[in-house]
Amino acid sequence: MSERRVIGEASAPSLPRHVKLRRDESRGQWVLLAPERVLVPDDIAVEILQRLDGQATVGAVADDLAEKYRSPRAEVLHDVIEMLQDLADKGFLAA
Amino acid sequence: MSVPPAPPLALLAELTHRCPLQCPYCSNPLELDRANAEMDTAAWQNVLDQAAAMGILQVHFSGGEPMARGDLADLVRHAARAGLYSNLITSAVLLDERRAAALAEAGLDHVQISFQGTEAGPADVVAGYSGAHEKKLRAARLTRDAGLPLTVNAVMHRGNLDRIEATIAMAADLGAARLEVAHVQYYGWGLKNRAALIPTRAQLEHTTAAVMAARERLKGVMVIDYVVPDYYAARPKACMGGWGRQFVNITPSGRVLPCHAAETIPGLAFESVRDRPLAAIWADSPAFRRFRGTDWMPEPCRSCDRREVDWGGCRCQAFALAGDAAATDPACALSPKHGDVLALAERESAVMAPPAFVYRRMEKIPVLEPGKK
Repeated sequence: MSERRVIGEASAPSLPRHVKLRRDESRGQWVLLAPERVLVPDDIAVEILQRLDGQATVGAVADDLAEKYRSPRAEVLHDVIEMLQDLADKGFLAA
Repeated sequence: MSVPPAPPLALLAELTHRCPLQCPYCSNPLELDRANAEMDTAAWQNVLDQAAAMGILQVHFSGGEPMARGDLADLVRHAARAGLYSNLITSAVLLDERRAAALAEAGLDHVQISFQGTEAGPADVVAGYSGAHEKKLRAARLTRDAGLPLTVNAVMHRGNLDRIEATIAMAADLGAARLEVAHVQYYGWGLKNRAALIPTRAQLEHTTAAVMAARERLKGVMVIDYVVPDYYAARPKACMGGWGRQFVNITPSGRVLPCHAAETIPGLAFESVRDRPLAAIWADSPAFRRFRGTDWMPEPCRSCDRREVDWGGCRCQAFALAGDAAATDPACALSPKHGDVLALAERESAVMAPPAFVYRRMEKIPVLEPGKK
């Protein structure tokens, strides 16, 4: 049995095989597909999810978004970790 | 002309009603589609293309036992190419190394294996199949070895609820990312066997407490979904997320249903994908329009704050328990029949020696014997 995945700045998470980020053209939105679940991530969440490739660290994702949106890095990092920890706890993330 | 409905999110593709198991709570109808009535590979591929084109996101390959079809991997591959998220809902007794590898290679996204218990003896009695439990344990490991994510679907009832802790431990031990603790729902064969399956309120409360504790303990390790028997509930379940709203079911022979039990409701005519496009049936078939939205609702549903939360509960249950598919679901405490249902649950579950199971079997085709009447 595995341990709970704890997301930190140095984590390099990715979407596991059973979780797919797809463009849902018929509804004009992005969706996160998992068994018996369809999540509709907001724009920022989509930006975060698109950067997860198992290589990029959470810190690097925060750097990137802080620069793109000209926001304080500490706040961005906090929000990214919070969102990803929630996804990990729901079983939607591989760390 | 009203606004066309949004497309469903998910398609339950019942590829066949054939199944090596005979579980007495099977969600299939009492009248099963025969093998010679099943749609062929090309017809199902056409359905998958239509589903993706109309905006369906997920396909659940189910049955009967979907692995009883030799073309399952071809259908999975077709779904993947069409951009559909694919889930296999299986008893897994037919799943071996070769087929696990073929399904993984075809692009299957997820596997859900049902379990009847945690020990071979009692589990095999429920399945009506000797050796089923051992095969399932092996298949669950093969699934993980093939790199496929696993949900354990533990079907719970009065006969196995006292093993809830062992059930959770078994799922975690098998490396399941998700466990469904699903109380039997009383439709089809489950309704026929309700008196043998319905738990006591004490059993239900014990299970709920065990599930809540395990959720906390296994946070981030295994997700646990919990389906309760709503005879004991105060509010009904939002069955299928609302009639004709998020979910469509296609039977082995191609009939298009709002849910797998919908054919128990008299007076509704269900169309087939053999005759009309899926999107057209979804949009304007009278059977889908009958209970879609909130216009059909009686009071107290019509003015209820929760009318767009639970969508009036379940139409099949309203018919089964109140004799009227348009009635308030008797699982709701606001239904005038709610007290009767609660009393029924308490009465049936209190019987010390429950009745024997009526196993799910295809009716034998009658043998004509000339000369006999």
